Amino acid sequence: MHPALQGLMTIVIGVSACIAYFALSNQFLDKVLFPARGPNAGRNINRANMIRPWLFLFPALFALGLYLAYPVYETLRLSLTDRVPGGGYEWAGLDNYTQMIAEPKFWEAIRNNMLWLLIVPALSTAFGLLAAQLTDRIGWGNIAKSLIFMPMAISFVGASVIWKLVYDTRPADQDQIGILNAIYMALGGAEPQTWLTIPLWNNLFLMIVLVWIQTGFAMVILSAALRGIPEETVEAAIVDGASPLQIFFKIKVPQIKNTILVVWTTITITVLKVFDIVFAMTNGQWETQVLANYMFDKLFRANDWGVGSASAMVIMLLVAPILVWNVRNARNEMR
Amino acid sequence: MDNIAGTKSSLTWVVHISVALLVILWLLPTIGLFVSSFRTADQIATSGWWKALTASEQNLTLRSAAPDTQVETNGLFVIEGQLFDAAQEAEISAWGINSRAIDAFKPGDTADLRKGGTITVQTDGSYRMENTEAFAGKRGQRVFVVATVPPELTFENYRAMLFSDENATGMVKAFFNTLTVTIPATVIPILVAAFAAYALAWMDFPGRALLIAVIVGLLVVPLQLALIPLLKLHLNIGIGKGYLGIWLAHTGFGLPLAIYLLRNYMVGLPRDIIENARVDGATEYQIFTKIILPLSFPALASFAIFQFLWTWNDLLVAKVFLIDATGQTTVMTAQIVELLGTYGGNWEVLATAAFVSISVPLIVFFTMQRYLVRGLLAGSVK
Repeated sequence: MHPALQGLMTIVIGVSACIAYFALSNQFLDKVLFPARGPNAGRNINRANMIRPWLFLFPALFALGLYLAYPVYETLRLSLTDRVPGGGYEWAGLDNYTQMIAEPKFWEAIRNNMLWLLIVPALSTAFGLLAAQLTDRIGWGNIAKSLIFMPMAISFVGASVIWKLVYDTRPADQDQIGILNAIYMALGGAEPQTWLTIPLWNNLFLMIVLVWIQTGFAMVILSAALRGIPEETVEAAIVDGASPLQIFFKIKVPQIKNTILVVWTTITITVLKVFDIVFAMTNGQWETQVLANYMFDKLFRANDWGVGSASAMVIMLLVAPILVWNVRNARNEMR
Repeated sequence: MDNIAGTKSSLTWVVHISVALLVILWLLPTIGLFVSSFRTADQIATSGWWKALTASEQNLTLRSAAPDTQVETNGLFVIEGQLFDAAQEAEISAWGINSRAIDAFKPGDTADLRKGGTITVQTDGSYRMENTEAFAGKRGQRVFVVATVPPELTFENYRAMLFSDENATGMVKAFFNTLTVTIPATVIPILVAAFAAYALAWMDFPGRALLIAVIVGLLVVPLQLALIPLLKLHLNIGIGKGYLGIWLAHTGFGLPLAIYLLRNYMVGLPRDIIENARVDGATEYQIFTKIILPLSFPALASFAIFQFLWTWNDLLVAKVFLIDATGQTTVMTAQIVELLGTYGGNWEVLATAAFVSISVPLIVFFTMQRYLVRGLLAGSVK
């Protein structure tokens, strides 16, 4: 069967199964289990209404529990066990963690992740803020915004190919086809650089890819926040003779501080999970390993589920403060 | 609000230029790859894409016709022909027959061949090889030329990738596989999340606030955590690696955002409508399908775009839950990574493959940007 046809069929079956569940389970509740007629009509309606939320929620809760909550527990358990050859698991205590800590690659990944965590959110937010502030003032700002925002739609893998061409290197006696080397040579560089193999700096070149993608996100959100600033505050500052820079840094930025924080943390989470860019561009060679790729390596190349799980727990640990902060914010809002 | 008297005019053009610079900086990498996807392998390998629109001087390695095309006249063996393809117009400024001295001769000069005989190459690429004995060997003579080649863009890369029968890059198959992953993985979570969001927004039951907090927490749980346990689970219950597994996985991973976005939107719907409907005797199911769902269209669209972009662009989930050893179910992102390995230097293949995969999200992005922005704002500012 043609794959497209097969795909179409599975779509129809999957979606109709979903619709059927909701329609039929509600019918069943109202018509068979607690029918709203007969001697107990009133009581039945109440009972049906007590059950219905759970009927609505069940598929979502089931999927959430199975696909997000259970893995947290299971990964923790796996990180404390070892696979026994031939099947089964045995308790390993903290062995996986000590083994991981002893690996230089792990510390390289931690160091690089810290660099990513510092640089990517900072640069993305800064560029986003700059773009938001500048595009708000001009006529063709919306077009500019949409072009800066565009990389959001491009996959990390697509972006990796795009930037690999930028970083491409040819031997010194040939024309450079990567624009970065072409500029470098035009500015009087001695010989073309293989940018992705220069330790430490190559991390920066990988980060630029993510900054390029995330700046649009930061810009869109910060631009909305900037527009939400009450005009009186800005006008008052103008009357008092503040310079445009002062207005921006002393009047506007403090008022959108919270939004900046939200943008920063959202990008931080993305950074912690970054995998595709490193996987496609260097695969962790030349000291560019990051945690997510380290974990993938352990999982599918070394086939070591114990250490793989342990490194996943490290990612979870790094996300945890943001998780708590988010939940607290959400609860405050609902009150 | 920025009309500060006297400063406006001097600042405005600074702003215009800075924005223009930013936009160019942000567009340049994409344009580079885009232009490259319309160039031939030779062009990409010998000159930067920014030279694609101007005539460029290139060093080319060409080959004369094979010896079996030689013609014997009066004891003189002759091979004549044209070094360039028929459609190509180029001007040769220098040429050579040795890779170490590619500019040894001028057009019109005659060079002695190592194996005997001579070759003369003209500016337009026509050549004439003469020998008193028959030319031997199977392949033609290599000729290195320095030529000025006019800009030439071609759809050949796309044709070869999408419409040729060999389909060596596997991108067509990967395209359909990606589509097969994406559409159910977008539709199913929307359905599931819409019901849950309605329950969380408008139904009263114990534990509601706690559930919402849990969902906010799950928003940031890294999906790396889910890989091993779920792969284990899928293998144990017999789903294995395949479409069903990846649909379920994408559904699970997309749900927190879906529920969060939709609930926030539904809470904002006017209470009167829902209460009037309840008074009029509508069941919750009717209220949901007839009132809430149509009214929530903007939020549904926002999430649909997110989920579509995310599943289309995903690599990790597909690698773990979908692609098995046979590679029959590979998606485009994984295929491109594969091509990066096998066609590492063939930019015409990589650029074209990347743009085949990027084109769909870009179309979605530019046509439905409004919903995307709205969704982003609802998802993070609230």
